[in-house]
Amino acid sequence: MPIELPVHERMYSGHLACPGCGAAIAMRFLLKGLGEKAILSIPACCWSIIGGPFPYTALQVPVLHTAFETGGAVASGIRAALDARGDTETQVVTWAGDGGTFDIGLQSLSGAAERNENILYVCYDNEAYMNTGVQSSGATPTGAWTTTTPTGSPKPTRKKDIMQIMAAHRIPYAATASIAYPEDMVRKVQKAVSLKGTKFLHVYAPCPTGWKVPSEISVKLARLAVQTRIFPLYEVEDGVRYTINLEPVGYLVDEYYRTQGRFKHLTREDLDRIQAQVDENWERLKALARIG
Amino acid sequence: MRRVLEGSHAVSHAVELARVKVISAYPITPQTHIVERLAELVADGVLDARFIRVESEHSAMAAVIGAASAGARSFTASSSHGLALMHEMLHWAAGARLPIVMAEVNRAMGPGWNIWADQTDSLSQRDTGWMQLYCEDVQEVLDTILIAYKLAERVSLPAMVVLDAFFLSHTYEPVEVPDQDEVDAFLPAWEPTEILDPSDPRAFNQLASPEYYMEFRYKIQQAMEEALRAHDEIDAEFGQRFGRSYGAVRRIPCREGERAPLALVTTGSVTGTARVAQATLREKGTDVDVVKLKLFRPFPHEEVRRVLGPYERVVVLDRNISFGSGGIFAGEIRAALAGLDRRPRVYPFVAGLGGRDITPQTIESIVARALGDEPPADILWEGLKL
Repeated sequence: MPIELPVHERMYSGHLACPGCGAAIAMRFLLKGLGEKAILSIPACCWSIIGGPFPYTALQVPVLHTAFETGGAVASGIRAALDARGDTETQVVTWAGDGGTFDIGLQSLSGAAERNENILYVCYDNEAYMNTGVQSSGATPTGAWTTTTPTGSPKPTRKKDIMQIMAAHRIPYAATASIAYPEDMVRKVQKAVSLKGTKFLHVYAPCPTGWKVPSEISVKLARLAVQTRIFPLYEVEDGVRYTINLEPVGYLVDEYYRTQGRFKHLTREDLDRIQAQVDENWERLKALARIG
Repeated sequence: MRRVLEGSHAVSHAVELARVKVISAYPITPQTHIVERLAELVADGVLDARFIRVESEHSAMAAVIGAASAGARSFTASSSHGLALMHEMLHWAAGARLPIVMAEVNRAMGPGWNIWADQTDSLSQRDTGWMQLYCEDVQEVLDTILIAYKLAERVSLPAMVVLDAFFLSHTYEPVEVPDQDEVDAFLPAWEPTEILDPSDPRAFNQLASPEYYMEFRYKIQQAMEEALRAHDEIDAEFGQRFGRSYGAVRRIPCREGERAPLALVTTGSVTGTARVAQATLREKGTDVDVVKLKLFRPFPHEEVRRVLGPYERVVVLDRNISFGSGGIFAGEIRAALAGLDRRPRVYPFVAGLGGRDITPQTIESIVARALGDEPPADILWEGLKL
């Protein structure tokens, strides 16, 4: 059931993102979902640049830029300080990339989730270390070219399942979201901030620069990722109750993969293997949703 | 009120008296008693603060950086490997100009595993922008936490209060614990103006291009220079209010009004041992003045020159080593004295690494070597078993 998007904009024009940047679109939707009172903590990621250099800022909310691996801990500290002075209303949000979430920041995020800190942690996932020039991360999918997984030996292993990791912490709320489904994403932000404890959003945010695609197809690719079941939209409550939010058409993965320069070296056999992985993941997710 | 307190608990009670709002810490021997007592004080409602039990020291420092950025007086404690793990965030705390106070229990770095006293852990953090204050006894530990908060908040820089593993952290001594009212008068609530505030949104710690970065660094150096003056003022005010002051550099003469031929520079709990050795040596006919160095960052260059410059010989006792150079305090002191026309001869002794005892006899041996025909050297070892 679509909802109306809030009309307010909390981003200024003039940010420093590349054309078609999924992370910039994702930030806009996050800020539409957040209430009036929010504080962002941003560990090292593309948004360390996109937000603007001193003395400028592209955001109309307070931002604490922080070191790469500190997303969970810094937000915990901000939350504690607000609680100590009786401000339970202001939302504390960490906004981190996939490298800062899946890899170097995983320990700090796990610590915050284990303590069930009252924070919202949003990972915008562009599937590699894009800010440093497209190096492979734990979020890079099987078969992808990056500068550290060149086409001669593209990434051999699977993308880390960050949602399962977060669900295993039994946090109150974890959800996937996509820049191609703004109503769904804004609703999930609003739902997250209505709950106490640790909330996690995994947001699909294509990177035209790193994925080697034209800048105008970011949203189309994000939609294809959902409709191919590569990145399904779902929620997990208390780590166990799974809800699939949108039944994908179930297109074959080919169109998604064939559109992107980072996958152009893949053979028919490679795509068949990837299709099998996607199908397997989807069946598992459906099984979890049936139990929930 | 006079109480018998363990050094670690003196830290905890000073944190309570400072009305700290956010504490975050990760356990490491020999720091644990500090945070265990703080966890109890918070759990019992004695201290109205939040205690964040993080999953690493790196996160402990990150958490108090978040808390201080949102305006809360914040505290952490660590030691050795824990401090080393914090290293990146130590730079971040200082660069963000946050007046966080940390108790740092001097412990050796591995390998091999060693939990005993050694100053190389804190001295390795020399260039992070943290102030460093070394303590001689348990009373000084308690007092220095309070002084450190006032100093840190005055100059907007973080401060490390350093105490020796076990010799201070696990030693019980009678301590004068000030009344809360008196501490409140000395150390009012911290009221920063530039904090994370949704009604006044700002970006903190963002990209600083070559156009701006250097001036930010210049201002940190300026703040350090201001901290030298501020420390003396705050130390003097503490003395007026509580009857105890310490100074950045304190000369402990063998005979009042006289200058001995040799000054022995000490830091931390070794100063207490040096006082005993000084009395023994005097009885045996050897006069030695002890010079206690409390402040390492900012380094009191002027004061060091003023106090040590007139001596013929200066022994520096380092329980630390910078491999490839030598004792770290000795290096700093020699650099400070280098500009003098007439300089004392400096004897840079390294002793007591990894918690090996520095006894009064160790000090007597060092003094005998410095007053004898020991040739000049860049490093002198005492007590090596080779």
